[in-house]
Amino acid sequence: MSAPTLAARAAGKKRRAVIKIALLTIWAAVFSVIFLLPTILTITNSFMSPGEIASNYGAIFAKGEAGGKVFISERVNLKFIPDMVTLRQYITVLFKSPEYLFKFWNSVILVAPIVLFQVGIAAVASYGFSRYRTKTRNLLFFAYIVLMLMPYQVTLVPNYLVSQFLKTLNTRWAIILPGIFSPFAVFILTKAMRRVPKSIIEAARLDGASEWRVFTRICLPECKSAIYSVIILVFIDYWNMVEQVLILMNVPEKQPLSVFLSKINAGEISLAFAVATIYMIPAILLFLHGEDYLVEGITYSGRLKG
Amino acid sequence: MRQYRLIPRRSEERRARYRSALFLAPSVIGVLVFFVIPFCVVIFYSFVDNPINKEFVGFENFVRLLKNAAFKKAAMNTLSFSGTAVPLSVILSLMLAMVLESKIPGKSKFRTFFLSPMMVPVASIVLIWQVIFHFNGALNDWLSVFGVEKIDWLKSNYSQYVIVMLFLWKNLGYNMILFMAALSSIPRDQLEAAQIDGASKATVFWRIKLRYLSPTLLFVTIFSLINSFKVFRETYLLTGDYPYETLYLLQHFMNNTFMSLDYQKLSSAAMIMFVFMVIIIGALFFVESKFGRDVEE
Repeated sequence: MSAPTLAARAAGKKRRAVIKIALLTIWAAVFSVIFLLPTILTITNSFMSPGEIASNYGAIFAKGEAGGKVFISERVNLKFIPDMVTLRQYITVLFKSPEYLFKFWNSVILVAPIVLFQVGIAAVASYGFSRYRTKTRNLLFFAYIVLMLMPYQVTLVPNYLVSQFLKTLNTRWAIILPGIFSPFAVFILTKAMRRVPKSIIEAARLDGASEWRVFTRICLPECKSAIYSVIILVFIDYWNMVEQVLILMNVPEKQPLSVFLSKINAGEISLAFAVATIYMIPAILLFLHGEDYLVEGITYSGRLKG
Repeated sequence: MRQYRLIPRRSEERRARYRSALFLAPSVIGVLVFFVIPFCVVIFYSFVDNPINKEFVGFENFVRLLKNAAFKKAAMNTLSFSGTAVPLSVILSLMLAMVLESKIPGKSKFRTFFLSPMMVPVASIVLIWQVIFHFNGALNDWLSVFGVEKIDWLKSNYSQYVIVMLFLWKNLGYNMILFMAALSSIPRDQLEAAQIDGASKATVFWRIKLRYLSPTLLFVTIFSLINSFKVFRETYLLTGDYPYETLYLLQHFMNNTFMSLDYQKLSSAAMIMFVFMVIIIGALFFVESKFGRDVEE
């Protein structure tokens, strides 16, 4: 057996590299399908008629009602493409059953003030944290990190005690107020603001600009993209809220859609897909518009130190 | 000509420092009022017999809680869930990041796809999970082709694995982004130097990449741990207040305790979890500082 020539060996190496890339791409494609499918199915199913939903999923959601009334097949039929695309579900949700829109509005009036004020207050605070890094401030910042890392099981107890004391329990304030002071936005914005070159700030100060002016005219514009990314991250977190609602505001008519959606009864199950899709829309739009910012924000969040 | 003092006087410097401290005030006051002060009350409650009598009872509340069957079950379930989900999510997301870092076509598309579950509200997606994992659901349908018996996935001993999968589905993208950022910040010359020296791929991975990744590994582990406690959302929205017993998590325990408003139980449970988290985070920081020390400047 003769030794392979150098050229043949190089060609073999190259072919192996191509095969490797191809396999990895296939692997990534398979994962993509798994990641995308549930979302896409929800959206396509929202365009099905009530009858189609009932016949597809009756085996699951009609459970508990007296059997025998309607014949429903015993297996589900998870389908991608509706037999007939219809907007009926959306028309019902948007015009005929205001209940869902009302719950959607509940979500909005809980989440909007939290996002607005959490990010606003955090921006101000992060200037304080990044302007001078004294021992006390570093210690305080560390305390914020520890608080940020505490799960709801820990923080909800103090939140409950405060709401009880302020008599805000079962009102929206019980969720909004602790949400506003949640340290997550402070953490990320401080990371971003520490990257603003010290020399610019010092120069502005020497020219006689006040701290507030330095903050609004230099640091805020420099951190624009970080602020946008924090807005996205805080928004998703609260758009998804469940725990706080169950404990701090257990009032059915004030519930946001993130909790209410799972309580849709069997009779209205066909609407559920449309409501679920509507509830996704703001998050998806933010994602599509700000994906790069989101990635930037996540990257900031990854630097626990420094 | 105006004279600029390049180095501000001490008192001026101090004034600026005080003024910039004012920026911290709103946030710090809020954190004190809504988290720190009430948490001190929680600590106090956990050591007294009840909020009215206020008699110091030492560790009695903790002892009673640790003997509580419901708490034990919830803690064990949560531990076993997090113990499975966190390592898996760290490893899988690192793999995803490395795949995307290798030169595959359509990298940015794949990134979008992998990240998208993070943006989908849990409430919107539980319908599909129900359709898949129900007794009469799609998964059983597919498996029946291979002659597998039908089971109700969320009411079986497999329920934890189902929830682990839902957790991974939602959280891998976030971690992947963190790893991608870390991978791209490894100095190229180090990798090239190792290659020239004839280091194998495994050596490069274990000796160089992992060293530079270690702060990120730490953060991803902590963050996955925190997020693993949020899996209550999926569990609750899928199975309600009274799930199958392996899905009874700490948050379920807390919810039920809030119903009966047993302050002692609530406070001592919150305290135990607080201490537990502080120990875990401290340990991870310690390990990271030992392991990744020499790459930090």
